[in-house]
Amino acid sequence: MQAHQRMLDPTPNGLHSGESPLLQTLGLTKRYGDFLANDSIDIDIWPKQIHALLGENGAGKSTLVKAIYGLIQPSAGEIRWQGQPIMLSGPSEARSRGIGMVFQHFSLFDNLTVAENVALGLDGKESFKDMSARLEQVSKTYGLPLDPKREVWQLSVGERQRIEIVRALMQDPKFLILDEPTAVLTPQEADQLFIVLERLKAEGRAILYISHKLEEVKRLCDTATILRGGKKVDTCNPRLETAASLARMMVGGEIKEVKAAAGRKTTVPRLVVNDLSLAPGEAHGVRLEHISFELKGGEILGIAGVAGNGQDELFAALSGERLSKDPGTVVIEGIAAGHLSITQRRKLGAAFVPEERLGHGTAPRMKLSENALLTGHAASGMVHHGFIDTAATLKTVDRATETFDVRKAKRDPEAASLSGGNLQKFIVGREILRNPAVLVVSQPTWGVDAGAAAVIRQALLDLATAGAAVLVTSQDLDELAEIADRIAVMFHGHLSAPLATADATREKLGLLMGGSSLEPKEAAHAVGA
Amino acid sequence: MQLVLEKRAERSNTIALVSPLIAIGLTIVTMTILFAILGKNPLLALHAYFIAPLTDSYSLQEIAVKATPLVMIAIGLSLCYLANAWNIGAEGQFLIGAVAGSWIAVKTQGTDAGPWVLPAMLVLAAAGGALYALIPAICKVKFGASEILTSLMLVYVADLFLDYLVRGPWRDPHGFNFPTTAEFDPVATVPLLIEGGRLHLGSIIALLVVAAAAILLGRTIKGFEIRVVGAAPRAARFGGFNSNQLVILTFAVSGALAGIAGIIEVAGPVGHLQPGISPGYGFTAIIVAFLGRLNPLGILIAGLFLALTFIGGEQAQIAMKIPLDVTKVFQGILLFYVLACDSLILYRFKLVLPNRQVARGTH
Ligand SMILES: Nc1ncnc2c1ncn2[C@@H]1O[C@H](COP(=O)(O)OP(=O)(O)OP(=O)(O)O)[C@@H](O)[C@H]1O
Ligand SMILES: [Mg+2]
Repeated sequence: MQAHQRMLDPTPNGLHSGESPLLQTLGLTKRYGDFLANDSIDIDIWPKQIHALLGENGAGKSTLVKAIYGLIQPSAGEIRWQGQPIMLSGPSEARSRGIGMVFQHFSLFDNLTVAENVALGLDGKESFKDMSARLEQVSKTYGLPLDPKREVWQLSVGERQRIEIVRALMQDPKFLILDEPTAVLTPQEADQLFIVLERLKAEGRAILYISHKLEEVKRLCDTATILRGGKKVDTCNPRLETAASLARMMVGGEIKEVKAAAGRKTTVPRLVVNDLSLAPGEAHGVRLEHISFELKGGEILGIAGVAGNGQDELFAALSGERLSKDPGTVVIEGIAAGHLSITQRRKLGAAFVPEERLGHGTAPRMKLSENALLTGHAASGMVHHGFIDTAATLKTVDRATETFDVRKAKRDPEAASLSGGNLQKFIVGREILRNPAVLVVSQPTWGVDAGAAAVIRQALLDLATAGAAVLVTSQDLDELAEIADRIAVMFHGHLSAPLATADATREKLGLLMGGSSLEPKEAAHAVGA
Repeated sequence: MQLVLEKRAERSNTIALVSPLIAIGLTIVTMTILFAILGKNPLLALHAYFIAPLTDSYSLQEIAVKATPLVMIAIGLSLCYLANAWNIGAEGQFLIGAVAGSWIAVKTQGTDAGPWVLPAMLVLAAAGGALYALIPAICKVKFGASEILTSLMLVYVADLFLDYLVRGPWRDPHGFNFPTTAEFDPVATVPLLIEGGRLHLGSIIALLVVAAAAILLGRTIKGFEIRVVGAAPRAARFGGFNSNQLVILTFAVSGALAGIAGIIEVAGPVGHLQPGISPGYGFTAIIVAFLGRLNPLGILIAGLFLALTFIGGEQAQIAMKIPLDVTKVFQGILLFYVLACDSLILYRFKLVLPNRQVARGTH
């Protein structure tokens, strides 16, 4: 059985150092009630390899790595570390054996410094000074520049991730797990990360790499294990595959192309923003500066930009989570709404999808039906005379599940139990099913697999075709190019004038994202410099 | 070797259900040791506390009578706590409710005022308790003052105010200078359910409050709002729920319930206004709320259990000369264990062995 496994493992050049894999799972199974999140998975991790773990949303990737890292206990099966069966009672034990993990969602304290955050995450008892010195040394060795004295709130997403990686490296892991590390990075930040990963590999460490971005998997990874519906369906060498063939293995079929309906017509202005300026609500926020744009029905406007340039603040001002004194700054469906609450804006026909799914878009510990009620209570017939119509909330869950193929263990689970991508599909579905006249959505496909991303983008296009105005904030320029009619760029709280998507070349957008303007004079200056 | 608390990956629903039982078990173990130290036979003491009161009808009725204010106050507190508003001053709201309701009783004393008196007393008590609870709520919302401190401090103000009234303006002229009002007229008294017994109408009201709270939390949008504001504040704001309004509302409701409990106690079992009408109901109700998992039905059960400790404490004092204050010790230990056990829902104990630590350092 084991020999057979070995044979199937298409490791390039048969380059295995040592006799046995560094880590091996045998028949690893995780059950949630009747639901099998991991169904008897065998996987071999060898040193000096970057091993990709691929699969659709809900395929069981995170569940598998959590079991390997000791965060959850497998229901059955075995984990072998350097040939020896082990039982991990928790992450600290995994760390002490040499297994490190970088989560997609960072666990950092904003108001503490880099060094303090690292100290909190280490198990050891060394002095703070020694630890800081080691931190600097590790970050220098690996070309992951970090200033130990900076507070986390001042750092970009990429820098924050660097803290997590350095923290993991300080434990000198033999095996490092990264769960969707590039989902939130800009392309440049991702490139830097790849250099580090190549280097770790050269040092003889093993890496398990989860990603939905198949092109980068092809570029980076030596082996790929593909999960579908909790089962391992294939192992392959991604370099010999195409992105499309990998996607086919994941889905077990073809992925639909996103198609814009021909002859989409723009109608009346549905969302107008007039000279919106807003002081930041939080200590570390960005001030919005004189933002103006007009969005007509049938139109999709994309907002590009590096995260942390005021996108969150703009979302809050548009949704009504933050009010502006002048009602005329935000006009929804012809009605001045700057002073209206989020509920009143929803009643005007607006819907919102925030970037953060757990804790903002949903209450993690509440059921999906209750989370449907969260945004549906104002205008979706879910409440009669103050009483909740449970049947209506469940119906929304069922419709979203069906339309957007939300995979979950039971009919109405807690939001937190859904896989990241499936929760995103539910949230988008919940809002689109309300047939909004205006939809404001942030990062619609973060962490969503290729198939589901296509479904979500198609839904946004269909919504626009049906006459809604759609505002999409995204860091993914390909995504904006695919669905937006016009693209504007956010920088330091300013919003550039929108460019027609056909004119919005990567170069132009790149300039705007870096804070340059496209005025001819300035552009000439930029070239001259 | 080191014992550490480690966060569980998944919330343990089993522990969530059995944690109150574990807490009660640990409390009983601790009390056994305490009784032994006091030189009392632990088995007899535990029997006096938990078994003896269940064996005669008088004690059973008395348990229901004591549980009535506990349950009513705890229901109100649970609404606050679910919404992340920390009302610690129910004792003060209880006393102010008692005073506000008694005002009518005192003013109509000896007149031929009709059956409207008792309902009017209940309404006034509710209003008094609610208004008194609004002071910390408004201070929190408007000025950011800690409601924990302000609501607690107002307990002592209420206590002294009641003291002043019964020693001054409202003192019974024929009362031999005791600090008490005259006995309330029959129209100002809560009727008994069983002639010659102890059980009174207040217990029915408490049951209605439990039912209403269950419906509120389980079926209505307001109840959902309360739960979501406490469980996920940012998501609640995204849902359009205003947590400040909810602080005001839950404080007002819990103040009103405490106030009603106060007047029922005064116009029922006590019969007149005097200092010491509460053996700390407002504080014990905090334990009831948490022991009952902030769930209406749970609170009903927890209320009966804590009432049992009050009655049991009295019996143990009579039968075994165990000081009455041991009951308070018992209740305090119980709250401690309830909160401690609750952390096991999200965390677990873990033994870290030193030899597991590997040498670190980059090479
Ligand atoms: N605590 C839980 N209770 C019940 N079901 C769960 C729980 N955790 C995960 N699941 C289910 O297990 C399945 C696998 O989830 P997992 O998070 O491993 O997916 P994933 O492959 O990481 O997906 P994604 O790409 O969306 O992150 C999902 O269908 C999810 O609903
Ligand atoms: Mg995942």
